[in-house]
Amino acid sequence: MSLINWIDERFPLTKVWNEHLAQYYAPKNFNFWYFFGSLAMLVLVNQIVTGLWLAMMYKPDANLAFGSVEYIMRDVDWGWLIRYMHSTGASAFFLVIYLHMFRGLMYGSYRKPRELLWIIGVIIYLAMMATAFMGYLLPWGQMSYWGAQVIVNLFAAFPFGIGEPLSIWIRGDYVISDATLNRFFALHFVLPFVLAALVFLHIVALHKVGSNNPDGIEIKKNKDENGIPLDGIPFHPYYSVKDIMGVVVFIALFAAVVFFWPDFGGLFLEPPNFEPANPLKTPEHIAPVWYFTPFYAMLRAVPPMFGSQFPGVVVMFAAILVMFFLPWLDRSPVKSIRYKGLLFKIALAIFSVSFVVLAWLGMQPATPGSTLAAQIFTALYFAFFLLMPIYTKIDKTKPVPERVTK
Amino acid sequence: MKKLIAILSLALLPLSAMAGGGEVHLDEANIDLANHAAIQRGAKTFVNYCMGCHSAQYFRYSKLTEVGLTEQEIKDNLMLGGGKIRDQMTIAMSPADAAEWFGAPPPDLTLIARVKHDGADWLYSYLRSFYVDDSRPMGVNNTVFPNVGMPHVLADLQGVQKAVYKEVKHGDKTEHVVDHLELVEPGSMTPAEYDATVRDLVTFLVHVSEPMKLERQRLGIWVLLFLGVLFVLAYLLKKEYWKDIH
Repeated sequence: MSLINWIDERFPLTKVWNEHLAQYYAPKNFNFWYFFGSLAMLVLVNQIVTGLWLAMMYKPDANLAFGSVEYIMRDVDWGWLIRYMHSTGASAFFLVIYLHMFRGLMYGSYRKPRELLWIIGVIIYLAMMATAFMGYLLPWGQMSYWGAQVIVNLFAAFPFGIGEPLSIWIRGDYVISDATLNRFFALHFVLPFVLAALVFLHIVALHKVGSNNPDGIEIKKNKDENGIPLDGIPFHPYYSVKDIMGVVVFIALFAAVVFFWPDFGGLFLEPPNFEPANPLKTPEHIAPVWYFTPFYAMLRAVPPMFGSQFPGVVVMFAAILVMFFLPWLDRSPVKSIRYKGLLFKIALAIFSVSFVVLAWLGMQPATPGSTLAAQIFTALYFAFFLLMPIYTKIDKTKPVPERVTK
Repeated sequence: MKKLIAILSLALLPLSAMAGGGEVHLDEANIDLANHAAIQRGAKTFVNYCMGCHSAQYFRYSKLTEVGLTEQEIKDNLMLGGGKIRDQMTIAMSPADAAEWFGAPPPDLTLIARVKHDGADWLYSYLRSFYVDDSRPMGVNNTVFPNVGMPHVLADLQGVQKAVYKEVKHGDKTEHVVDHLELVEPGSMTPAEYDATVRDLVTFLVHVSEPMKLERQRLGIWVLLFLGVLFVLAYLLKKEYWKDIH
């Protein structure tokens, strides 16, 4: 192929193809949980492409935004499909990422030498949350408006007199207004490209250290005479064809939601958001979208101290920041849950249940009972991380095999 | 397919139930969006009784051709103020005037069926739950929407309902709550006719809130069938490649 040669002399096309696909050796024992990395990229592409088309028709103006969404839904050819793909995509993105992160927790994918890979991942998660939060304001419905009002007010809780000016700086106004909508639109448009760049770094880091696997074994320790890992198979074609299969299943589930249940019972599209934003009318019950509610429940669980909501804000951000330290909190001699002992399994189970329960509590109006429950589960959430150096150290582990199992 | 959706809905019912909040009992509207005649009758009721105050400003008159009306029929029967067929269902009353007359401007109703959980049931129950209450500015109250600002515009059709109270004891305090409503003065319709009229109106409102709903479900079946076939091919491809691994 002379064209390929021509390009290769000027751009390392074949080299990149081989290093990252045709001769990138991935462990051959990937299971169900390993679909979610490529699915996350698929959803990111879906969000960028549908988002671009929405941006062609959407008006970031407090007087026009709500109507322009309905214009897209009704008057733009296939506008409803693009909009539902985007709104469903937001929830799908978080669902996929939560499963992707859970996979990392199970199989110790954050452990040495993958600390940076994990940290880049947490940064991606943070960037995603910022993007989703700003995007949720754009339909300019009641929940958009009041959700943003509540969250931006959190920044006003910062002490030392910087809170109030900080929140005004973010909004560009004293309340959520046209100025806020305009800047959130600008940021919501550009952040996905930052996300894409972070994903690129995530993959660069992954391909430097190689993929982990359900056994938590480094396949690079066992190579054949050509330097190829004995338990590795080329990503392309093996995992490319396998991922295509996963992609089809995922798209089918995604399409089922888009075509038959786009509101998802009020979880993906909240009913109050079909009412235009009204700064003079506070909804009875303000709750963020489901993917933020675990952290919202933690925020509400912490009582105000010294007349300030700041401690709650600290706890909420700490819940995410603590993830950065995970690679150094785990002291277990083994990576994978398959060879870890009962203590870790119990801890991970409690952590997962806590996360789901907190998500549920975050959607409910606060009652004394639910606040107490949120406090308990917040404590359990943090206990998973903070006690990890202890329980992973004293845990009874099983011997890890030399080679990957099926 | 409907069965499948029903099963899926049941499995996830707790999700939708927990998101709701109201304790008010709602009657089931049992609407059928495929019933074009009902949507047409509902449109007529909407234009005659609701559009004095409420717009449906994101819905165009011309879209009613999708439920079997001709442009001429729409112009003759529904566009009472004239205008172009592509016009949106707006009203002449300004929000400022409306706020002065009613306290708050009557909301646009394009999306009203989606603003409430179980919007169809809510609307169906609400429009049948007005009762005489002299303490209210409009002389009526509503069990589904207590202290509502809206008058009972369909009273001519339904007649006048009175509340029958019951006593509920909270410890040593007794409270009077509405037990049920009683028709004390019949309107021009029988209760069954009135329920049917409201059901048609709700069918129209649900249709207007998402006119493409049936179309998207129809398409969805083809999309899923296609993906089913694609999955078989993807599965066979994967199997073919992977047979030399392990």
